[in-house]
Amino acid sequence: MTDLLAARAQMAMSLAFHILFAIVGMAMPLLMVIAERRHRRTGDPIYRELSERWAKGTAIMFAVGAVSGTVLSFELGLLWPQFMAFAGPIIGMPFSLEGFAFFLEAIFLGIFLYGRDRVSPRVHLFSGVMVLLAGTASAAFVLCANAWMNTPAGFTGDPATGATSVEPFAAMWNPAAFSEVLHMTCAAFASVGFAVAGIHAAMLLRGVRRELHRPALKIALTVGAVFALLQPITGDVAAKHVAEHQPIKLAAMEGHWDTERGAPFRIFGWPDEQAEETRWALEIPYLLSFLAHGDPHAEVVGLKDFPRDERPPVAVVHVAFQIMVGCGLAMIAVAGLGATFAARRRELPDWYLRLLVVSAPLGVIAIEAGWTVTEVGRQPWIVQGILRTADAVTPTPHLVIPFLTFTGLYVLLGVTVIVLLRRVVFAADRDKKHGPSNMLSGTSATEAP
Amino acid sequence: MTSELMIAGVMLVALVLYTLTGGADFGGGVWQLLAWGPRKGAQRRLVDDSIKPIWEANHVWLILLIVLLFVCFPTAFAAVCIALHLPLALMLVGIVLRGSAFVFSHYDPLRGRGALRWGGVFAVSSLLTPITLGVVLGALGSGFDVDPATGLVDTDFVSEWLAPYPLAVGLFTLALFAFLAAVYLVNETDDPELRADFRARALGSAVAVAATASLAYLVAPPVIRHDLSASPWATPLHLATGLVAVAALVALWTRRDGLARASAMAQVTLIVVGWAVAQYPYLAYPGYTIAGTAAPASVLTPILVALAVGGVVLFPSLAYLFVVFKRRPGA
Repeated sequence: MTDLLAARAQMAMSLAFHILFAIVGMAMPLLMVIAERRHRRTGDPIYRELSERWAKGTAIMFAVGAVSGTVLSFELGLLWPQFMAFAGPIIGMPFSLEGFAFFLEAIFLGIFLYGRDRVSPRVHLFSGVMVLLAGTASAAFVLCANAWMNTPAGFTGDPATGATSVEPFAAMWNPAAFSEVLHMTCAAFASVGFAVAGIHAAMLLRGVRRELHRPALKIALTVGAVFALLQPITGDVAAKHVAEHQPIKLAAMEGHWDTERGAPFRIFGWPDEQAEETRWALEIPYLLSFLAHGDPHAEVVGLKDFPRDERPPVAVVHVAFQIMVGCGLAMIAVAGLGATFAARRRELPDWYLRLLVVSAPLGVIAIEAGWTVTEVGRQPWIVQGILRTADAVTPTPHLVIPFLTFTGLYVLLGVTVIVLLRRVVFAADRDKKHGPSNMLSGTSATEAP
Repeated sequence: MTSELMIAGVMLVALVLYTLTGGADFGGGVWQLLAWGPRKGAQRRLVDDSIKPIWEANHVWLILLIVLLFVCFPTAFAAVCIALHLPLALMLVGIVLRGSAFVFSHYDPLRGRGALRWGGVFAVSSLLTPITLGVVLGALGSGFDVDPATGLVDTDFVSEWLAPYPLAVGLFTLALFAFLAAVYLVNETDDPELRADFRARALGSAVAVAATASLAYLVAPPVIRHDLSASPWATPLHLATGLVAVAALVALWTRRDGLARASAMAQVTLIVVGWAVAQYPYLAYPGYTIAGTAAPASVLTPILVALAVGGVVLFPSLAYLFVVFKRRPGA
């Protein structure tokens, strides 16, 4: 394994790991605030129990998200010092603002999770809203910084001379910022909504604590479904943007080799980078031209227009894009079905609950695949057209060692989180099929492994 | 005062606040590890309850610090990241394990053996991070030359930090964090026996602070020893540090715990400020100065504005957090 590959692997692994926790930190506050508000309005203690229950899982996920995010902010320098020496000042504004947003998120999360008995109900609910706003803002700032790597703007100079004249806000509001923030924010709420809905659907199928899991499922599925149904719109904005600003990335997403008018949209298929063609694809005529440029006869640039050493790994990008779109479409179908049940005011049938359990990981898979498209699709550049990834890697040797160390560490944390969440979610309801109770406080001590 | 000096000043404030808050959280982990005697369980619970609602917010000072470093002094950040890759990576392992292990042991509903093991990981990783943080800060004092051929730092990736002085600073940092935590913990409880426990620990760790500080001074390279006393500010700073250190000890001995806490905080603040004065004008000696590595004014000025606006939102929120969780009736 070369040092460059090890550095890329470590960065990819760290990002993929952190994103799972970051989206929970963004979206769970919304679910908890909804439950808290219901509790305040109706006085029904079940909503308070629900909010507290969700808070436990969120506290675990948020802590792991905070520390894995810290690792990332250091890894930018530990792995890509020349990138940061050049780009750090230019994208400093979103990172600095993110610092403050994250501060507010951590402060109000502390109050929301542990201060229920110390502050008034109004302040408690306000803290939840602050966590939601600060968490989403903090994600948006990081997305602006990432968007700059796709569509660099707001500076003069180059990596050799350093950035000379910087317009921090032009860099922050670079062309890709809007579509990335929009698409990823909706993705976070949709996927967390689906994941939580799946867990509560599983509990309903087991027949435990229906009075708790039914309202929980309702809140989570509503959030998940609303944002899943918005995703085709935000995805369309993102696709049109990529078509305009990163045509080579769009060509890789589609496995599109020849520049042509009336380009077809490819479903499935395997791009062969040697032969420069995409095999076994199902082609829908004119659809790519229409989706990319709003005109079925528009010209779509193909990969052959770019020299080989400027093309991203086409197969990876194309397959990841297929996975993302596939998962997204499946989520839309599930969300649509749920909406029909809701419109007819029908009880959710067991088969639909089972479908929700199966759909639980779809959003998360779509997010990981989507980030693969964004990041691998930008290769071989770390800053599109400005700085190559290979020129930004640290001269520090033996990078495979930190890669393996952090991978091992994250595997350990990931397994522990799953085990713990299972305990928090499931152990609480064992032997307690009816009636609210204060669970989790040592009730199941006999079940220690 | 130039913009880059103002930003460096903000970074110093962030480092002081991280030491006073996040540092003490790591020190709490040390007392988890060293809990002993008849009130072992109660000591651990006190540490747990004291840091639970605030450690994540306290941790953000470090993130703010690192962000300001890479935004405003990008080449210094790159040089530090290249030469100190290993201690920084170890520090991150400590940070990850400390935070995760804390919530894992706290939230395990089964409270089984798994929880106990994570409690141990929390305690041990609370040693790793202060030591490596101290090693990194100590290493900044020497060996950062620029390689004229590449424009990058000239380093063998080891010699900057694997030396007696950085390692001694690492031990000193650990002792300092443990001392700070013990003094805070005295003030966190009304139980007279627990207060006595942590008062004894505070006095014991004060001895460790003095010992590791002397060790660091003895093994310091001549340039650092010179810088520690060269500035016109050095003598008054050292005198003030010594005074508040003695005040903290006397206050602990005479059980004026609130005064002890204030003195210990002043002592730690003065130590960090003293380090910064000795380091000035270098971020990493001798190749990377504050002025020489600063980003252009078009970056620094908006960041200063953002810091001012952010501070207006941040400090009241932070103060509220501490009022909610740290105000005890009658204390």
